[in-house]
Amino acid sequence: MALLEIEQLNISFGGIQALQGVDLKLESEEILTVIGPNGSGKTTLFNCISGVYQPDDGQVHFEGESLDGLSPDSVAKKGIARTFQNLRLFLHMSVLDNLLLGRHIHFKKKPLQAFFRIRPEELRHRKIVEEIIEFLDLQAWRQARISDCPYGIQKRCEIARALAMEPRLLLLDEPIAGLTSEEKEETAYHITEIRGRYKTAILLVEHDLKIASRLADRMIAFELGQIIARGTPEEVQRAPAVIQAYMGDE
Amino acid sequence: MDLIESYKEELQLIRKPWTRIYVAAFVIFLLLLPWVAPEHITYIITIIFIYTIGVQGQNLLIGYTGQISFGQAGFLAIGAFTFGHLSQLGVPWPIGILVAGLMAGLFGILVGFPSLRLKGPYLAIATMGFGIAVYQVFVNSELLSGGRMGLIISKLSPPFGLEDVTFNYYFNFLIALIFTLLSYNIVSSYMGRAFIAIRDNDIAAEVIGVNLTRYKLLSFAISSFYTGVQGALYGLYLGYLEPNMFTFMEAITLFVAVIIGGLASVEGSIMGAAFVILVPQIFSDYREMVPVVFGTAILLILIFEPMGLNGRWFKMRLYFRNWPFR
Repeated sequence: MALLEIEQLNISFGGIQALQGVDLKLESEEILTVIGPNGSGKTTLFNCISGVYQPDDGQVHFEGESLDGLSPDSVAKKGIARTFQNLRLFLHMSVLDNLLLGRHIHFKKKPLQAFFRIRPEELRHRKIVEEIIEFLDLQAWRQARISDCPYGIQKRCEIARALAMEPRLLLLDEPIAGLTSEEKEETAYHITEIRGRYKTAILLVEHDLKIASRLADRMIAFELGQIIARGTPEEVQRAPAVIQAYMGDE
Repeated sequence: MDLIESYKEELQLIRKPWTRIYVAAFVIFLLLLPWVAPEHITYIITIIFIYTIGVQGQNLLIGYTGQISFGQAGFLAIGAFTFGHLSQLGVPWPIGILVAGLMAGLFGILVGFPSLRLKGPYLAIATMGFGIAVYQVFVNSELLSGGRMGLIISKLSPPFGLEDVTFNYYFNFLIALIFTLLSYNIVSSYMGRAFIAIRDNDIAAEVIGVNLTRYKLLSFAISSFYTGVQGALYGLYLGYLEPNMFTFMEAITLFVAVIIGGLASVEGSIMGAAFVILVPQIFSDYREMVPVVFGTAILLILIFEPMGLNGRWFKMRLYFRNWPFR
């Protein structure tokens, strides 16, 4: 059984068919990269999986269970974490608090517990968060407010917060867009390390084809809400439909 | 030097030795005050204690969770009158205060439901409607409000031969202290973080697993509980209740206290409570000018110190800590 199975996913907004008959399978510990021009439905796919949008029809199965009708927080509890293309961090909190919020679903929430000091629970999660901080080299920024952090660090914090959720599936929406080439290499390294260390499957949306194809086990290409090519990165990049989607007709 | 050696140290309520000293000095000062200050000062500071509770609750809702509410006068009235009726029935005061808070909290949950759909100014208007509706109900129902004479509440009789004012001072000081510690614990727990997450970015909060419905309603419930307790203590302190104590102006007063004290800050709530009580006292000869002072203060604060009095206080401490360097 595949980790994530998507069958015949359809969603439309008004007259626009954003996703049309999307089928997709993802095995555990696999990295699948989604490419496609702007507005081709990549982020919509993410929103459908994470419960931000409810698809008009079709099924999303995660570990054999249907995610139909689940709210985003229930999807998160199932073990799916995601990052956002245009950063959605908690700007007024420190990096540390952002990561601790990533632990939210794992906190034991006994009634009335919050009204009294709960050191052991806080300390337990703090330790896990510190491991992630070390892994992603965020030590120097630990106590900094997110709004004081540079863009590259903010991007990394998003990945760190998603990792703190200990997901079995990680959805990364353009994790290296807008970074310097050095930061891009670092993030690419982190992504492969995440799979090795946390045994996470990763669904990756990326425009940088060079890095994307290096990271991916498999690749799919979107155009106008439909999958136009799938296979290994080389196959997809050579597919006539993909070349046409990016370059136009001759 | 600020060196932290364990994660546990970082969780301490007050970490820096200097902070410990001035907090201790402040508490001792408050404990000794009724023995040296004139009676009317003690009286006013007792009211500040009572207000501190409601302002903290309001700050949890507005400052931390980011849900603007103008229905606070309604919760105050519900808490106060619940307590009033219970005390007339002969229910002991600790139970009375608790039930008053719970009753207000229950209505808080009801009023919280629109917050699941409405944001910002729209929520403010919906909650304002609630506050005014509660006021009207109490004005028009003699059964609930105790009629024209209002509701008489028998005051507590001071033990150990203490004076009435002194006893009330310590009584309310203790309760305010408990609620302040409670607030600090809430905001530094997973719950407080979830509140701030909702304020900063509700979509991200939901995607990392914060149940918006639960935490928004929880925030409303806790904040109304605080406000209900404030209402009960206020009634107990004054010894009588009438609906006109809970007009829309009262909700504005609490709102002003939150903004002026500083959003998302417990210390700020205390400073804000002191501000809204002291200003009318200082300008007591020109009562009609009080709203003008409030309005001007909000304008000045929003322009020059968006973090409120607490922000100013923080910058002062920073200045002295770094002195003589800049």
